[in-house]
Amino acid sequence: MEKIFSRPKSLRNISTHYCPGCGHGIAHRLIAGVVDELGIRDKVIAIAPVGCAVLAYDYWDFDCTEAAHGRALAVATAIKRVRPQNIVFTYQGDGDLAAIGTNETIHAANRGENLTVIFINNAVYGMTGGQMAPTTLLGQKTATSPLGRNAQREGYPLKISEVLSQLSGVKYIERTSFYSPQEILKAKRAIKLAFQNQIEGIGFSLVEILSPCPTYWDMSPQKAMEWIANIMIKEFPLGRIK
Amino acid sequence: MAKIIIERDKCKGCLLCVSVCPKGLIIVDKDLNQKGVNPVKFSPLVSRIPSKARQVNDECLGCSLCAIMCPDCCIEVYK
Repeated sequence: MEKIFSRPKSLRNISTHYCPGCGHGIAHRLIAGVVDELGIRDKVIAIAPVGCAVLAYDYWDFDCTEAAHGRALAVATAIKRVRPQNIVFTYQGDGDLAAIGTNETIHAANRGENLTVIFINNAVYGMTGGQMAPTTLLGQKTATSPLGRNAQREGYPLKISEVLSQLSGVKYIERTSFYSPQEILKAKRAIKLAFQNQIEGIGFSLVEILSPCPTYWDMSPQKAMEWIANIMIKEFPLGRIK
Repeated sequence: MAKIIIERDKCKGCLLCVSVCPKGLIIVDKDLNQKGVNPVKFSPLVSRIPSKARQVNDECLGCSLCAIMCPDCCIEVYK
């Protein structure tokens, strides 16, 4: 009997601090698997975000560093320019990439930095207690929008991937999700392509992943997956954006 | 026949694997693990889905859907 599925070598064999059903665990595994498949474990450098995934460097068994909140792409730019032989990627949530770090994100993309960005969109601020994020859907209840997000008061969900796709420096953007095993495999293919783009020097690549936050969506993990499949992808349509 | 091995003490009991197993071969364990949650366990003999109970081909396919879905990477698949 042959082992056909096991933990990637780049993922440490420890239990994560994430809540049950959290998408970060899946994302960490996919990235570690892609790093193993491409054989770049000795030259990859990850930039961990501020957010729930702030401890990602404890889980990946390759070089990682940490950036100030929202500044992951600025730090990644510096590392990539000083060490162009390394493969540099940032792993950011929606509060990091699309809220406090919008400035760094847009300018790094506009400069066309040869970087890979993994963007985890779960439509709330997870680490700080489930407050409303720029990506929160209209009508979605959070700690700071208890009656549901209202467009007149709080504006519309920010589609940062569509915004970035308008920039000439951006070469590849795809939006994927985690609601079924098929979608997870599609997400893995997108992550692999984003890393290959950097290896071949094509340019700025971003993979957005719609990821569940069962705790602050106040749902069971299965219900959270169904919510992505039925409601979230209407606001954030899946597929290749650029 | 394929099989899966679940790391019992890493399981957080999210039950996403239960929701994707096409044969219903993953069930909730009544005993708690070290984390204090009811983990899942592989039960190749008893199907959880009544309509699929005890069919002739009711065995693990090694499709790996449970392992792909597991956020905590606790499932290994053998085929």
